[in-house]
Amino acid sequence: MPDTETTPRRRPGRDRHLLALRIRKISLFAMLGLGAFVMLFPFAWTVITSITPGAGLSSPTLIPEEPGFDAYRTLLDTLPFWRIMANSLVIAVAATLLQLLTSAMAAYAFARLEFPGRNALFVVYLATLMVPMQVLVVPLFIQMRTFNLVDTYAALIAPSIASAFGVFLLRQAVAQVPRELDEAAIIDGAGHIRVFTMVILPLIRPALATFAVLAFMSSWNSFLWPLVIIRSPEFMTLPLGLSTLHGQFTTAWDVVMAGSVVSIIPIAVLYLAAQKYVIQGVARSGLK
Amino acid sequence: MTAPLTQAAPARIAPGPPARPRRRLRKAGTVVLFLAPSFVPLAMFTLAPMVGSLWVALHDWNLISPMQWVGLDNFGDLIGDSNTWRAFGNTLYYIAGYLPLVFAGGLAAALALNTALRGRSVFRAAYFLPVVTSWVVVALVWKWLLNPSSGVVNEVLGAIGIDGPGWWTDPVWAMPSVILASAWKDVGFVMVILLAGLQSIPAEYYDAARVDGASTWKRFRHVTLPLLSPSSFFVVVISLINGFQVFDQVFVMTGGGPAGSTEVVVQQIYDLTFRYGRAGDASALSWLLFAVVLIVTAVQVRIQRRWVTYA
Repeated sequence: MPDTETTPRRRPGRDRHLLALRIRKISLFAMLGLGAFVMLFPFAWTVITSITPGAGLSSPTLIPEEPGFDAYRTLLDTLPFWRIMANSLVIAVAATLLQLLTSAMAAYAFARLEFPGRNALFVVYLATLMVPMQVLVVPLFIQMRTFNLVDTYAALIAPSIASAFGVFLLRQAVAQVPRELDEAAIIDGAGHIRVFTMVILPLIRPALATFAVLAFMSSWNSFLWPLVIIRSPEFMTLPLGLSTLHGQFTTAWDVVMAGSVVSIIPIAVLYLAAQKYVIQGVARSGLK
Repeated sequence: MTAPLTQAAPARIAPGPPARPRRRLRKAGTVVLFLAPSFVPLAMFTLAPMVGSLWVALHDWNLISPMQWVGLDNFGDLIGDSNTWRAFGNTLYYIAGYLPLVFAGGLAAALALNTALRGRSVFRAAYFLPVVTSWVVVALVWKWLLNPSSGVVNEVLGAIGIDGPGWWTDPVWAMPSVILASAWKDVGFVMVILLAGLQSIPAEYYDAARVDGASTWKRFRHVTLPLLSPSSFFVVVISLINGFQVFDQVFVMTGGGPAGSTEVVVQQIYDLTFRYGRAGDASALSWLLFAVVLIVTAVQVRIQRRWVTYA
């Protein structure tokens, strides 16, 4: 349909139309702005509270009268917070790398190798995807206790070495790589390992990046498993450390908010840096 | 890039030389090499615990003394226990509040951002920020915002003459507090999924509707909604699965209280295991929950034909 803007002469009807359009645009902007305020204010309030000594004992103030970093000092005195943050980082990076490797390899096997029972095995992988963590928690805990692994890094990371979701996601990506490319490499004398590392991996980089972001986020934020398996502060991850902190300081909200600020910063920086991949990743997981 | 010149396809179809035992062994070795790194951990840390969980569910066990075989008694006891029904009731209450809120909010944001608007990527980034924040942080921040005595929400309500409720300290308001925090966190997730769905609707459909004289509302009702239904279906399925498994925010905000008003199923599983030492009942309850989720998901897949349109 031809747009009204192509008509050269000004008409009163067109002015009214433009005015209506502008009003609509402004009200849309106002609504989006209100939404953004609702989404961002809690973060701002977290930061403000963390630099308001004694917050939680008195009425809230938007601008602290005597801002200070006491809460952050208390935070570091109470829990080995740097260590806890390092734990979260190391566990999340390790889990992400392990899942990338194991999932990409399995994805290659399911998409490119032919072997009896391939489809049945893939169904088994998919089935594990449907089992919620709550079903596994008790036996996993007992398993770790039997191996004497309660309160260790090994126990934290063991359940996230492999990811059926990753296999599923990456298999789609491998399947989309034209087979001619591997076959050309095979004719050149490459084996499966070379095809996998030199042909497939570089070509599925966007899918790998998407999955890496999702895996990192899910490890960084996971709570139930660390809660069950970790007791000592030196093995805690951030969510568990924060929940423990809250248990100790039920009214010192400046300290709890300081802990929240510290644990938001790394993931927020990562998110802003990799925004495209994060949002694409989530969108893609919805479209399939 | 030009089309590849190598005629690879015929080479693949042509039967290769009969596989010799050594070659077959090597082939099997390749399969094992590529699959073992994922299969062994999955078998150890997912499949084995799955079986183990069923085994525990058939016993009475306090995690310390030897297990006692009780067959299906745990399941029978759970079904007769009012706490189980309360836990499922609370979980359904959570879902009934959370799902409409998060869907309406996500849809509104997606529609508003699906226009040529300056700064839309900034809005999108802002709305999505809570999604990457952990549930524990979200729960703590909202617990503070909704603090009955010195929280900012009640302060603002007080300024306009409303006496704010006790939020998470009040049995009536505790679940709405949890729902509010959860919807706030997930609205950006729903927005991104629906936005992707909106962007995949071909513009020709809208043009055709406009030529036919369809109003804005009619275009929304008869073009947008039907063509968005696959994305909506995904959001509903995922939200229901996550809704039934709600735990982190409940554990941090209320711990299931006050007076059991937010004791959801997973909180109950946690309490049964680690507070009351009833691992058998807990495992049975976790399987009950899994069964409910499976049935609900299967029913949705079945009835999707009635409302989901695939273009």
